[in-house]
Amino acid sequence: MSVKRNAVVTDFVANHVRSIPRSGIRDFFEIVQSMTDVVSLGIGEPDFATPWHIREAAIYALEKGKTGYTSNLGLPRLRKSIARYVRQNYHVEYDALSEVLVAVGVSEAMDIALRAVINPGDEVLYHSPCYVSYNPSILLVHGKPVEIPTLAEDHFKLRPEALKAKITAKSKVLILNFPTNPTGAVMNQQELLAIAEVCQQHDLLVITDEIYSELSYGETHCSIASLPGMRERCIFLHGFSKAFAMTGFRVGYACAPVALIEAMMRIHQYAMLCAPIISQEAAIEALENGQSDMEQMREQYQLRRNFLLNSFREIGIPCFNAQGAFYLFPRIDQTGLNSREFAVRLLEEQKVAVVPGNAFGASGEGHVRCSYATGMDQLEVAVERIGKFVRSL
Amino acid sequence: MDQQLLKLLEENALVSPETLAKQLNLSVDQVKSRIKHLEEAKIILAYKAIIDDDKAEFQTVKAVIEVRITPERGGGFNRLSDRIARYPEVTSCFLMSGGYDLLVFVEGRTLKEVAMFVSEKLSTIQGVLSTATHFTLKTYKEQGVMIDQEIAEERLKVSP
Repeated sequence: MSVKRNAVVTDFVANHVRSIPRSGIRDFFEIVQSMTDVVSLGIGEPDFATPWHIREAAIYALEKGKTGYTSNLGLPRLRKSIARYVRQNYHVEYDALSEVLVAVGVSEAMDIALRAVINPGDEVLYHSPCYVSYNPSILLVHGKPVEIPTLAEDHFKLRPEALKAKITAKSKVLILNFPTNPTGAVMNQQELLAIAEVCQQHDLLVITDEIYSELSYGETHCSIASLPGMRERCIFLHGFSKAFAMTGFRVGYACAPVALIEAMMRIHQYAMLCAPIISQEAAIEALENGQSDMEQMREQYQLRRNFLLNSFREIGIPCFNAQGAFYLFPRIDQTGLNSREFAVRLLEEQKVAVVPGNAFGASGEGHVRCSYATGMDQLEVAVERIGKFVRSL
Repeated sequence: MDQQLLKLLEENALVSPETLAKQLNLSVDQVKSRIKHLEEAKIILAYKAIIDDDKAEFQTVKAVIEVRITPERGGGFNRLSDRIARYPEVTSCFLMSGGYDLLVFVEGRTLKEVAMFVSEKLSTIQGVLSTATHFTLKTYKEQGVMIDQEIAEERLKVSP
């Protein structure tokens, strides 16, 4: 009887949702959770607590009774701060009151951006290895995901030829994420200009996820939205989670021409209403007074990246010098193991968690993602154990 | 580069030269010789541990004393300040702007010991005009370290 009921209950789930595969990370997460004394390089969020003055601003907002809804687009003061921040740091001009939407993290902003522009069957291009949610987010809006593999030897940059090779009459959107989760790849202005040119030739809309943009350690970060002719065909997504260590606040934003923001707002207002007011108040504090905290955290990340990269070289694990985010994506196929075998055995034999590269797309096979958003003491232990593991193979 | 090295050591003096070398893209020998140089130049003065006295069950009494002194021709406040700072009871000593001249941090085993230091040693020094002693009741933060450490919330071990 219960079997029958289960079958019926499953039937309630929509076909396209049922067809979404389980996340490779989720899978691995469950193995890790079942173990103790694990040193984890598997975490995609800052290990720093949110800077105190930002937390204090959230407390103050509560004390002042700021507990209601805000405008659907977000607090006007926050939108003004965002417009100023984007203008100063990314050199793109958006009207604070009509071209900025405050969302519940970039995750929601990405979802409503896709929902706002994708008709069933439209093709959405994205470079991979990439953040785990792009593919399912596209599927959920009945779009067709089109993966563009990038190469380790090319430092996981998206090249115009690779993009062109995947463009069809149905291509509508290109998702960019530089610096990239999971590779730490970055693209400079020249390299983005070549991509921008292709987007203009083929009339593509770009959704650019710039969540890691402050965490660039080499050349100054450049946003594709700032390139000539691109503002009108870009949805610029950003948030507070990584640069200001505010993942739990769930607050991000989209900037785009008014027609696109208006379309996204139609979904956001019914699906979410608004981002939490307390988080929005904290976000204002982050933008207005958080610059030096952000710079200090970036400095720490950079030191850790150096440490991890030099340690990998010492151990003999090839890895390119990633210039952004807080990930290294070393190559492990020379060990004779695939990325999942490597990660599982490293976990079981030395209790270090790294994420198998294929969780981020087939092109991530042969690599593992190592996050250095964890304290130096943990990194030191992790490196020692990884060294032992590799030598034992 | 020395500035960055000093900042790292200021944060954690126990970090190994091997780790510092990797963080700063230097060789281990380079790090060692820079540290040696910084020590010899008295830029690095000492290495110490920061201890929670209560948990360590140290019977210590701490006080902050505001001291007014007479400046002297030629030396200003320096000679007298130096004289006061040399007492082993004094843990820190600063020249201040405002209503008094020196802020002196002292430590003793008992309230009486600290009181005796103030009344018999400090205030009897020629040139000390007045003292105002404040005993500390509880320490919340010591040299940048919170005494009650925040409880690290359960971080996910793997996240996208």
